[in-house]
Amino acid sequence: MKLDELIFFLVQQTMYFAIPLLVVALGGLFAERSGIVNIALDGIMIIGAFTGIMFLQMVQATGMSGQGMLLAALVVAALSGVIISAVHGFASINMKADQTISGTAINTFAPAFAIFVARMMTGVQQIPFKNDFLIRKVPVLGDIPVIGPMFFQNAYITTYLGVLILVASWVVLYKTRFGLRLRACGEHPQAADSVGVNVYKMRYAGTLLSGALAGIGGVIFVVPTSTNFNATVSGYGFLAIAVLIFGQWKPGRIALAALFFGFMKTLSVSYGLIPGIKDLSISGEIYKMVPYIATLIVLAFTSKNSAAPRAEGIPYDKGQR
Amino acid sequence: MKEKRLGNPLQHTGVQNVLAALIAILIGMLVGFVILLITDSSMALKGLGAIMTGGVQDMKNVGQVLYYATPLIMTGLSVGFAKRTGLFNIGGPGQFMMGAFAAVYVGVKWTFLPGGIHCLVAILAACLMGALWGVVPGLLKAYCNINEVITCIMMNYIGMSTSNVLIRAYIFDRTKNQSLRPVDGANLPKLGFDKIFVADVGTPSSVNAGILVAILLAIVVWVILSKTKLGYELKACGFNKDAAKYAGISEKRNVVLAMVIAGALSGIGGGLNYLAGAGTGIAVGSELAQQGFDGIAVALLGMSNPIAIIFTGILMAYLTVGGLAMQSYGFVSQIISIITSVIVYFAAFILFFSQIIGKLGKRGGKNDANANADQTPPAPPVQTEKGGDAQ
Repeated sequence: MKLDELIFFLVQQTMYFAIPLLVVALGGLFAERSGIVNIALDGIMIIGAFTGIMFLQMVQATGMSGQGMLLAALVVAALSGVIISAVHGFASINMKADQTISGTAINTFAPAFAIFVARMMTGVQQIPFKNDFLIRKVPVLGDIPVIGPMFFQNAYITTYLGVLILVASWVVLYKTRFGLRLRACGEHPQAADSVGVNVYKMRYAGTLLSGALAGIGGVIFVVPTSTNFNATVSGYGFLAIAVLIFGQWKPGRIALAALFFGFMKTLSVSYGLIPGIKDLSISGEIYKMVPYIATLIVLAFTSKNSAAPRAEGIPYDKGQR
Repeated sequence: MKEKRLGNPLQHTGVQNVLAALIAILIGMLVGFVILLITDSSMALKGLGAIMTGGVQDMKNVGQVLYYATPLIMTGLSVGFAKRTGLFNIGGPGQFMMGAFAAVYVGVKWTFLPGGIHCLVAILAACLMGALWGVVPGLLKAYCNINEVITCIMMNYIGMSTSNVLIRAYIFDRTKNQSLRPVDGANLPKLGFDKIFVADVGTPSSVNAGILVAILLAIVVWVILSKTKLGYELKACGFNKDAAKYAGISEKRNVVLAMVIAGALSGIGGGLNYLAGAGTGIAVGSELAQQGFDGIAVALLGMSNPIAIIFTGILMAYLTVGGLAMQSYGFVSQIISIITSVIVYFAAFILFFSQIIGKLGKRGGKNDANANADQTPPAPPVQTEKGGDAQ
């Protein structure tokens, strides 16, 4: 492989890993900025991937396919994510429960539910699907030198959707009244309430948005990296939480963190292609650790002050205002 | 307060919590039954019966419950202890794996050690390795202000890969793609349990001294948290770290110490699990140790109370063994995980249930002691949850 081809390949691979992390971490961002810790992201991703991939399998059985179906699967995944996150919201917002509890419950529930339903419906737990969603080359844009092969060849439509979600998240959080109110509920809900913001409603909005994005993230993760869904997203929901914290609860930094992690992950799986490295006879398992160790090192040098939303994880009780 | 307790058991926080937990379990079983009905209505009752009684079906299964409970109690203690000091230890899987590796390494390699001591050294190694995996998040939290959740998640994956590398390098059983098994002398003593916990036919249960170690450590953790200065300081940091600092408590030292102890507990859990002589080695692969995550559920269900964690750990193990019995009626084992998740979910409502139970209690009892109790407002959520066993 020539050097330029190698670089293009690495960038394309990075996107496959980074985009789902980005989307799910942005989901976590909405929940946490509204004051709700959502450690259920992994479980919600699994539910989203399950319903989305199940949907794909069903429509593909009827012969339909194409990008439209993928987008429809994302909608299905988002809806299922919203439903399951509403369960989390009920415990965390209405019942004022410890927010890690229902998150843990959902993480336990999701893979069991996915396997149970899959086995009930098809007899086996794997759900295969036909991956004909790869865009070999985007017309016109794909012909631009350097940028074309990096971002507009061998790409998925979900990559562009991820970028769109990033921009939309930034706009919603920082340029709309809704975003301002949402952030206020995560920082100082009592103050927000005192000026007439409905804290419960805003926190529900944050939680449901996180469910929708995590559900979408599940499908985005599975489609480029596999040909069947086996009730797991390889712990990407937890990594997304890590990316969220790494990104200091800010959309731009989250994007950088996701790209950094995605790139490290790419290096750790495709080290064999890189000249110089492949000649060193180091076990592949060592490279697997690289993304995690690199993240720790970067964090140790960059994070002196935490930017976590102040009221995160604290149930809001109107009576205590 | 004393009068109130004596007056009506339903006014006692402990009783309320236990009742509330029982309600959560009941709801979980109901949901489980509905799922069984949907799956196969003709077998549903038998399946439910198997889940409920599988753990006490014969003495072997009773032993198996205790055997499965051992690592769950340890990881539950780990998460619960950290939680009481204001930290969320989601690093159980990594600590558990590394503890398991250390114990099995000593168990396989250090055959020069005499029988009884060999096992102790192996557990000590597990303890130290777990503590090492806990100290990293602790130090990074205390001195670099990095959220422990992210470091714990990173350490989980690093631990998984490290143990894979080390197992392959030193104690690999190529034919089974897992670690070698510790020599007999390194395994935990059976203490005659294999004579008690045995069915009419087949091999005896794998239960061993590990369950006693786990229960003993739960009591030790309870004593540390409730009766010592160290525990008081650690809890103070958990409640309000600024106030603790103001009171002259070294917050940094306590964060590190809390993570070290939490890591050690999970590490011992890994050690106990693989020194059981149950014939399994540590699997090499890309799955994080599930026991580490299960510990979160065990701790939360036990409201982070070390003594309660013994029981929630046994409960989870009981459901696992019941689930194995249920499978003989053609049901998939995932139903148990669904039941567990429902129980954990409704455990989040323990506060809510307790308040209802408390109100019912007030309505029922009409003696003078309760007349005063009516005036006391319900405790705010945070205090009730964190002060679970402070009475």
